[in-house]
Amino acid sequence: MSAVLQDPALMEVNPPLVRSTNYHDLTEQISAIVEGDVIKTPTKYWITLGVTASITGLLGAMLGYLLVTGIGVWGNNRPVGWAWDITNFVFWIGIGHAGTLISAILFLFRQKWRTSINRSAEAMTLFAVMCAGIFPLFHTGRPWRAYWLFPIPNTDLNLWQNFRSPLIWDVFAVSTYFTVSALFWFTGLVPDLATLRDRSTTRVKQVVFGLLSLGWRGSARHWNNYEKAYLILAAISTPLVLSVHSIVSFDFATSVVPGWHTTIFPPYFVAGAIFSGFACVMTLLLIARWTLNLQNLITMKHLENMNKIILVTGSVVSYAYACEFFIAWYSGNIYERFTFWNRAFGPYWWAAWSMYTCNLIIPQLYWFKKMRNNLWVMFIISITTNIGMWFERFVIIATSLTRDFLPSSWGYFHPTYVDMCTFAGTIGLFLTLFLVFARFLPMIAISEVKGVLAVEKHTFKGEEVATR
Amino acid sequence: MNLELLKDKFGLGDDKLYGVMGAFSEPDDLVQAGRKIREMGYTKLDAMSPFPVHGIDDAIGVPPSKLGWIVICFTVLGAATALLLIWYVGAVNYRLVIGGKPFFDFSYSIPVTFELAVLFSAFASFIGMWAINGLPRLYHPSFNYSQAHRASDDRFLLVIEADDPKFDVEKSVEHMRGVGAGDVEVVEG
Repeated sequence: MSAVLQDPALMEVNPPLVRSTNYHDLTEQISAIVEGDVIKTPTKYWITLGVTASITGLLGAMLGYLLVTGIGVWGNNRPVGWAWDITNFVFWIGIGHAGTLISAILFLFRQKWRTSINRSAEAMTLFAVMCAGIFPLFHTGRPWRAYWLFPIPNTDLNLWQNFRSPLIWDVFAVSTYFTVSALFWFTGLVPDLATLRDRSTTRVKQVVFGLLSLGWRGSARHWNNYEKAYLILAAISTPLVLSVHSIVSFDFATSVVPGWHTTIFPPYFVAGAIFSGFACVMTLLLIARWTLNLQNLITMKHLENMNKIILVTGSVVSYAYACEFFIAWYSGNIYERFTFWNRAFGPYWWAAWSMYTCNLIIPQLYWFKKMRNNLWVMFIISITTNIGMWFERFVIIATSLTRDFLPSSWGYFHPTYVDMCTFAGTIGLFLTLFLVFARFLPMIAISEVKGVLAVEKHTFKGEEVATR
Repeated sequence: MNLELLKDKFGLGDDKLYGVMGAFSEPDDLVQAGRKIREMGYTKLDAMSPFPVHGIDDAIGVPPSKLGWIVICFTVLGAATALLLIWYVGAVNYRLVIGGKPFFDFSYSIPVTFELAVLFSAFASFIGMWAINGLPRLYHPSFNYSQAHRASDDRFLLVIEADDPKFDVEKSVEHMRGVGAGDVEVVEG
């Protein structure tokens, strides 16, 4: 049978998602990274971790400085009260969306190729949402009062939240999103933690993985309920992920600010979120694939499929840009028309054209199969896409707020070094968390990849019988 | 929870038989063997595998999961909680005119209602699944089987439990070998 799997003619027609013929070999390949005995963690890993951890330290310093000084250390000022912090919030939340899309929506569509990438994409979701949460939390000025955001009866406030405001919807959406993603992620991890428990060589590992794996023994009765739970979590995460960025876009769409007050925002934001999220997964996976030698598990087929999704969502985003311009003209509303003219040719032209170049033009290269299969091209596009998507949020927020109805209150936004260092710091936090995850937890869902291998073996067996 | 059950969970009880266990190296073999064993009249069977094996539920008689029913109740509960909260806060306890909007309305309640319905369902499916499975637990008699650690790696285990009315140590071992299982052992627990 292994001869069939290695038959080049068959591989050509139907390239396998997993380059392995043996369950034990898969366990070894994935666990070896976590165990660090056979494959020693490269020194470059620890150096990288040191760098990203230092950047995270910068984040801590900046937030500490903000706490003792006040929100004025950021560049937010009239007329731009929502500046980099909300841009960064939307940016990070958007990145998280790809993780849920891969783990939930592709699961419902039975896309088997997701199994090699879903674990790391889900982890990425969690870390991105953590980074996102920092910004609105500190924008409140008094983050130690954050519990005021939740409808908890408390004696120091004696107030209730205003459920007519989209900002409270956002609180519910983002906190639900984080919680559900965490539960989904942990559920997926348990069988793999059991694998690590069973392979543990030291007492400490046995105890840690033993507790984390909850006594999982892979019983058929357990799998039966487990698969049901997984299906339900996927089924509820699918509308959830669509709702989260829709609700984020309501923060803008329910206002009367020109450039924000549009009904296209929910689908436009969701498409943009998936676009940027896939690009971010791509960046991280390319690095992980290269440094941890995962070529057998993350194959070119996975990467090409992701590039196709980037092309589709990038094109949806491009369509939304065109549609916005058309509606601004067609509506006949002078403020709308001005805002869009101002976006492209006003003082923020540089931001707008960076965004058009990165989001509208560059991803179109993916129409060519050669480009979709070139590692350098996909690495560069994954980075430019995220630059473009950051600029998209910045353009929407800054251009609309700097010049709205009254020319006498127009202004221009200047970020401070604290703004910049805080954003850089969240990138450091994100990368640190991801690096720690990639080293200490199974980055690829062992049990799911084995399931795919079993199906492939079965299919190839069938073909063998049919053709011979 | 009675003391016996608790002792069982922590592996403190007296040694008694758990069952006869055997191992297979491919999921298809497990399913076929499971079906044969069940056709012999055994009813208390279990299987352990590194990933969900399709067809095993039918082969060894695992009933469909009831989790869906639990979750749907919590979905409704979550939506109801949200609506009740928004109505109580806006229309009863803290009536405040904001932008001329009504004190309570379904239209602006949709996002929070949806989110809480999702949150409640997620917790119900997560906690519910572990509860139905009787997890977390620190000990299970099947861990005494010499190949137990491979059930999370590359072996597919079949169990005939000792409380099966048709269970008989010698015969069951023979039956297990008869369907092609390797490493057949009598497991105590």
